[in-house]
Amino acid sequence: MRSNYRQFIRNVPLHLMILPGLIIIIVFGYIPMAGLSIAFQNFSPIAGFKNMNWVGLDNFRYLFDLPGFGQVVWNTVFISAMKIVSGLVIPVLVALLLNEVRKTGFKRTIQTVIYMPHFFSWVILAGIIVDVLSPSTGIVNMLLKAIGVEPVQFLASNEWFPYILVITDQWKEFGFGTIIYLAALTNIDKSLYEASVMDGAGRWKQTWHITLPGIRPIVILMVTLSLGNVLNGGFDQVFNLYNPLVYESGDILDTMIYRIGLQDAQYSVSTALGLIKSVVSFIFIGLGYFLAYRLANYRIF
Amino acid sequence: MHHASRAYRWFLGINYVILTLLALLCLFPIVNILAISFSSSDAVKAGSVTFWPVDFTFSSYKYILENQQFLNSFGTSLLRVVLGVATNLIFTILVAYPLSKEAAKFRSRTFYAWVFVFTMLFSGGLIPGYLIVKEAGLLDSIWALILPGAVPIFNVLLMLNFFRGLPKELEEAAWMDGAGHFRTLWSIYLPISLPSIATITLFAMVGHWNAWFDGMIYMKSPEGYPLATYLQSMLQQVTMIQSEMMTLEDATLLSQVSDRTTQASQIFLSVIPILLVYPFLQRYFVHGLVVGSVKG
Repeated sequence: MRSNYRQFIRNVPLHLMILPGLIIIIVFGYIPMAGLSIAFQNFSPIAGFKNMNWVGLDNFRYLFDLPGFGQVVWNTVFISAMKIVSGLVIPVLVALLLNEVRKTGFKRTIQTVIYMPHFFSWVILAGIIVDVLSPSTGIVNMLLKAIGVEPVQFLASNEWFPYILVITDQWKEFGFGTIIYLAALTNIDKSLYEASVMDGAGRWKQTWHITLPGIRPIVILMVTLSLGNVLNGGFDQVFNLYNPLVYESGDILDTMIYRIGLQDAQYSVSTALGLIKSVVSFIFIGLGYFLAYRLANYRIF
Repeated sequence: MHHASRAYRWFLGINYVILTLLALLCLFPIVNILAISFSSSDAVKAGSVTFWPVDFTFSSYKYILENQQFLNSFGTSLLRVVLGVATNLIFTILVAYPLSKEAAKFRSRTFYAWVFVFTMLFSGGLIPGYLIVKEAGLLDSIWALILPGAVPIFNVLLMLNFFRGLPKELEEAAWMDGAGHFRTLWSIYLPISLPSIATITLFAMVGHWNAWFDGMIYMKSPEGYPLATYLQSMLQQVTMIQSEMMTLEDATLLSQVSDRTTQASQIFLSVIPILLVYPFLQRYFVHGLVVGSVKG
């Protein structure tokens, strides 16, 4: 009893340290969760929270009846699934290639350059991408013209747009993604390679039997954690690159939430959509963390 | 390993080529923009600029530096970075330290940790978040851009994992010498945590400098836009035009939008701060990030 009391006194500073952060998190994290209740109301910003007008599931019904809602869900899952797969494969490959490089100067230069796009915002990159892909003056179409191909309207074509999203996303993030795999590769026990050379294993055999199994836990970890992103198509990127011509193929849940909520001021409908997204994402994130814990012994903290 | 086979040497050669191409692929678009920004608008319109300026000129930079809105937004962004990074660092460290304690010594730790982590897994979303900022009377204030993200949970996790990796003896020795928690954090933990602090500083800086969406929804008038938001509003108009789907409305916009050289130089000016900071902190973040995210 006495030691409990002493421990409490000793830990008072810890509670004090955490208090300011806790207040911020309650105000800007938890109170908005309570605000999700407007999904079940006919909320008007003018009437405010005082005149609640409960409408049950009307907003959800309205959403499901919207023409094109299914298409938006499909776009979101399709785009993010492609991003997740390419975001796993390409960084692993690049890390394997970088790992073979023995000249440290070269290795470091390459790393510095390929990490860089990660630190630019989609606003900037969209500015650059729009420029580079422009049908009349963009450098890509200039090159295409040089080899006799008709200019392509990459950002105004529903056929191209989802793939442009995936390619440009990879272009921005592959370098950053390699960091973790590269670290895992350098942690593989060097003596394993020496032993395999004794046994007469060539480069391919070493890669297949030592390197790849060596990074398998990290790959499993990243696969499971990426589950949580199934409903994230990448708002910043899509919002800055799309236009009404490619809504059909490029509109994702987050951009729809934005347009319904802040452009059309249908607060309740938008919140209902946000709630669906939050709940489904939560299930996927939970599943991801659970699998990561079971398969790779991963803990969040 | 000693005598690389002929096939392996071929592989190495091709490997160097592939990696160099990948790096160039990351550089080219940025070099292209830089070249456009230093070229005359006639050359750009004619489509003759690739990776080297044509008719070298500073005129677009001169034009921008006389543009009051650009300068205001640049200033707003600088202020945001200073206030935002300071706030983020204080909250990150103050939250991470208690959470790094063992549950046996600090019983509430697990409860607190879940309270924080839960907001990473589930959120109220766009509209409720917006309404809170509005109700708090923060619209049109720079604090609307700083307070909602004041506690970056991901950085807290990086920091607390780093703190946890520090030897227990350090803390015990500090306690023997009569230091309390605040003293231990300040004089023992912080000085040896510089690599991690550099990492989260970089993340916070880049995050605040690049953030544009909150500026767009929380600032009622464009005068209060930070740089990224201002650029976004400029470039969005160009996106419409570039995709060559102009309506009459867009055509009137076009007449107000400055040309590509100006856009390019604005883009370039806005990435300079990142280009300046990034190489210095890079060696830290690779280490810091790996320590934080890859655990046994």
